[in-house]
Amino acid sequence: MSFRLDTGGRFIDRSKPRSFTFNGKAMRGFEGDTLASALLGQGQMLVGRSFKYHRPRGIVASGSEEPNALMNLGRDKTFEPNARATTTELFDGLEAESQNHWPSLEFDIGELNAKLSRFLPAGFYYKMFLWPRSFWKHVYEPIIRKSAGLGRAPRHRDADHYEHFNATVDVLVVGGGIAGLQAAKAAGEAGAEVLLIEQGAHWGGRAPVDGAVIDGVPAAEWVEATVAALGAMPNVAIRARTMGAGVYDHGYALAYERLTDHAPDPSLPRHRLWRIRAGRIVTATGAIERPLSFAGNDLPGVMLASAVRDYVTNYAVAPGKCVVVVTNNDDGYRTALTVQEAGLEVVVLDARSEANGPLAEQARAAGITVRVGRGIESVKGKGKVEKVWVCDQTRDGSNPDPIKADCVAMAGGWSPVVHLWSHCGGKLSWQEDGAFFRPDPERAPNGADGAAFVLAAGAANGELETAAVLTDAYVAGARAAAEAGATGTAGAAATADVELSEPMLPVWNMPERASYALRSKAWLDYQNDVKVTDVELAAREGFESVEHTKRYTTLGMATDQGKLSNINGLAVLAGALDQEIPKVGTTTFRPPYHPISMGAIAGEARGALFQPVRQTPMYDWHDANGAHWEPVGHWRRPYAYVKPGEDVHAAVKREVLATRNSLGLLDASTLGKLVVKGPDAGKFMDMMYTNMMSTLPVGKCRYGLMCSENGFLSDDGVVARMDDDTWLCHTTTGGADRIHAHMEEWLQTEWWDWKVYVANVTEQYAQVAVVGPNARKVLEKLGGMDVSKEALPFMQWAEGAIGQFSARVFRISFSGELSYEIAVPASQGRAFWDALLEAGSEFGVTPYGTEALHIMRAEKGFIMIGDETDGTVIPQDLGLNWAISKKKEDFLGKRAQERDHMTDPLRWKLVGLETLDGSVLPDGSYAVGEGVNDNGQRVVQGRVTSTYFSPTLERGIAMGLVELGPDRMGEVIAFNRVDGTFVQAKIVDPVVFDPEGEKQNV
Amino acid sequence: MSEAVSAVQGASASGFVDVAEAGLVGMVTIRGDLGDSDFAHAVWSVTHCGLPKKRGIAAGESDQLLWMSPDELLLVCAHEEAEARVQALSAALSGQHHLVVNVSDARAVFRVSGSGSAVREAMAKVTPADLRPRILGVGEVRRTRMAQVPAAICFDGEDQATIVCFRSVGTYVFDLLVRSSKPGSEVGHF
Repeated sequence: MSFRLDTGGRFIDRSKPRSFTFNGKAMRGFEGDTLASALLGQGQMLVGRSFKYHRPRGIVASGSEEPNALMNLGRDKTFEPNARATTTELFDGLEAESQNHWPSLEFDIGELNAKLSRFLPAGFYYKMFLWPRSFWKHVYEPIIRKSAGLGRAPRHRDADHYEHFNATVDVLVVGGGIAGLQAAKAAGEAGAEVLLIEQGAHWGGRAPVDGAVIDGVPAAEWVEATVAALGAMPNVAIRARTMGAGVYDHGYALAYERLTDHAPDPSLPRHRLWRIRAGRIVTATGAIERPLSFAGNDLPGVMLASAVRDYVTNYAVAPGKCVVVVTNNDDGYRTALTVQEAGLEVVVLDARSEANGPLAEQARAAGITVRVGRGIESVKGKGKVEKVWVCDQTRDGSNPDPIKADCVAMAGGWSPVVHLWSHCGGKLSWQEDGAFFRPDPERAPNGADGAAFVLAAGAANGELETAAVLTDAYVAGARAAAEAGATGTAGAAATADVELSEPMLPVWNMPERASYALRSKAWLDYQNDVKVTDVELAAREGFESVEHTKRYTTLGMATDQGKLSNINGLAVLAGALDQEIPKVGTTTFRPPYHPISMGAIAGEARGALFQPVRQTPMYDWHDANGAHWEPVGHWRRPYAYVKPGEDVHAAVKREVLATRNSLGLLDASTLGKLVVKGPDAGKFMDMMYTNMMSTLPVGKCRYGLMCSENGFLSDDGVVARMDDDTWLCHTTTGGADRIHAHMEEWLQTEWWDWKVYVANVTEQYAQVAVVGPNARKVLEKLGGMDVSKEALPFMQWAEGAIGQFSARVFRISFSGELSYEIAVPASQGRAFWDALLEAGSEFGVTPYGTEALHIMRAEKGFIMIGDETDGTVIPQDLGLNWAISKKKEDFLGKRAQERDHMTDPLRWKLVGLETLDGSVLPDGSYAVGEGVNDNGQRVVQGRVTSTYFSPTLERGIAMGLVELGPDRMGEVIAFNRVDGTFVQAKIVDPVVFDPEGEKQNV
Repeated sequence: MSEAVSAVQGASASGFVDVAEAGLVGMVTIRGDLGDSDFAHAVWSVTHCGLPKKRGIAAGESDQLLWMSPDELLLVCAHEEAEARVQALSAALSGQHHLVVNVSDARAVFRVSGSGSAVREAMAKVTPADLRPRILGVGEVRRTRMAQVPAAICFDGEDQATIVCFRSVGTYVFDLLVRSSKPGSEVGHF
């Protein structure tokens, strides 16, 4: 059992005890502990259950590569699943619970899965679904839903907040170990602006634990001095608790800063996502130790050798009293020496036939038993390591002898952390003597300048000895600075004592000829429960591509992305395929390197800032007067103004009737307003619109249609001729920015020599539609310009004053009523609105929302972009032929509208629809025809595009597109309802209110 | 002329920087051939400003001209003067291909002020523009975005920046800046 040692611990402060709970049990640790070291310090070896077989699992690693110790942290509004205990810094009051266990961690029903493991082989999910289809919904889905995932999804709104930060630097150095420090120092000395980030809370990485000596002093001292030196350089910024998460095109990188995870404070941002643009990126991300594949290697107490010495040295935590170090390289001896020095018992099993390097000799000299040529046949114990069976590594594991132990330290060699190098396309080469993939500088991720923008340094570049790490990092830092434009000279590289070592021995199976029974208990991927035999099965079943094997077995697909399992899995696959490892290749590394919070990705974009809400100048009035909001693009428009005691439908009805009978007001400010000006503007307008716009007289208005070059109706609105070379185009609310861009695109890419300027002045004006029989009276009451029928006839506009407001007044109507649309400067919009309300009170002035607008336009048979159109509708479908000029040689969409399909007489065309029972047709309903089509679906002959209850007519009204519709007036056709029944509707004229237009033209 | 109000009615807030709406500012979009001396002369005759350099500002006695694009300038003047400037510029530029429109009320203008690099830090949370002082110096106009909306930014001095955005998103931009300057969230990077 693990326990806290009496002395030591680089990171902990014993004078500052910290209390926390694990599965509700109170526990204690120290400031500086991680949750993992604190748990081990309390003897808590069992920390979770595995994903598939619910096997008991313990802490394996000491960093972000940890596969097992995933926790639910916090509760309610601060709940977070899948937090790694190894990267969670301890604080007072931390609440953690283990995941994937039921009913409890110690007694778990799901463990039965392990007994059934031969029924849950690789490809289990795929194979299972070959079974009867009827089982999918009622048998498989509930089971999989219950067993899927490790953590629970949060159920409450996150109490914390998050932010982004954009930074541009010459050189970004990822990783604060000695390589990162050296690279940053070299780059900084050369004069580059440098940002150095480190995922953990401490600088220096492994070197202080591993006993490196740099520039003649222990690594920890060199690290401290170098951090201080960097801190004093004005051109170097350093930041701990900030992880390089991803590298993307053009030197863009994401980093994930954890500000308050170690000391929660809801008033501060919890995480900050750094969006970094760097000239060069140096990845000094170190290396991760590999496990060894022997039977029972997933028992709690089996750990990485490097993690064992991390816990002893950094946290004064002993993972056990009797430690078996099993290694295939010299580095494992560092762990043996460390644990022996801490007063623990230790035996070394070295898979190599000989071990005579300096570290091995040092171990022997210290009295440590070293057994060469040996491996582990199996580790046994009930939920923890109790006995290690030792065997000849080169044989099949027969005749093993037992050692009593409570901890196994696996030293399987090191794999450079190449993730960031690979994110943006950096390729790898296989290094035979270390049995790892390292970045291939000949095939680096290239930037816009065609040169490599990522440089790997130190252990991340495959350099595992201290002296080589420092030299490599120095070169990378200096080169990055020079390539990013720095002109200074880096100082000297740090030097280190030479570390001699003997070659490592690649060990992919332990023992080498392990039986099937042993291999089927040897885990490759702890988190997803993938064993050696699963990968072998995949190979036998024909999954020769590593990417396919990955998906079939789920190897490396868990939240740790296979940090521990990748190389071992590849090697097993290569073995099963009888291929060399580099021929098999690697899977794809994808960002983020380590999971980052959703909150950090969202940044400030939550709550009120989730999306920009565009507000008109009258927004506050609407909000204070019962506006039931409707999003239109990013705008919010009142759907209706709901009065106390009213529901939305009643409000809409009231608004329609009040407008038709007396006076309504509509905030039309959101309508797009584009000014088109220039000597060629008339020509341009004729191309943009289907109508003839160049001949529109100054002072007049014309309704116009715009089509895409494929002929489809794209936008509509009223155009006003302002002067000889200026037109004002009104667009739909959602179309303003799109049509502006559409115009600019044609001007900039096709007609670049036309003299036309376009300006979007949508927001310069507040626009109010004053609508209804009393519209003129209220304007005359306010005084100012002449708005009589004679002075300002229908479809004309004039500039002048309304009351004390300077205004442009357009006699246009979207409701069929006497109507003025009045534009005033936006800064006076609210005042103008208030003035209209005051003056209109004697007429019962009624502001109306978008729904009343829709109903009134539908009563008049006016189309609405987005209702009657959906990107497949041409103006001819809507009976708008009158708005398509036949005189013009060309306009956008003209040729497309002459295609066979566009001129097909069977195209669905716009008609009005009147239900026989007066009911409202369901929105989106289809008119059914006879029989079924080739797909076995009911034949349809039309569909509803707009449907409302008309308060004016007191019955349902609708428009729709119907095959040969205009030729079938009076015919009754059936429309489907969701409940399977049908409603009969008669085909009628779309204009059901004031067809002669007498009301608007008064 | 009735009571005119700006987008967020002069709202202000204090965090590790101060954020304040600048109120109504006169702004006129001028488009034309910036390389044509007749254009330059006509603009000068109204604004008494020379043409600004690329991304720069040219200041006259009361007006400023901001470079917006190779064929676009923004005239900044007193709000009540803007309409008169439009008339005068239109007259002065008649005969040349040009466009002059009043956009004063289509905009919201914010001033962010604070000491040290605080202003740049608060803004770097929501704009991807490179805000390093040697890259974006005082007096340079940068068209970029603030989180999800377009904006133009300019440092008036190391301790103050001006942000121009569309009026309809004034509340959004104000809230963004307030959020970004929440005390305790200083970054300490610049």
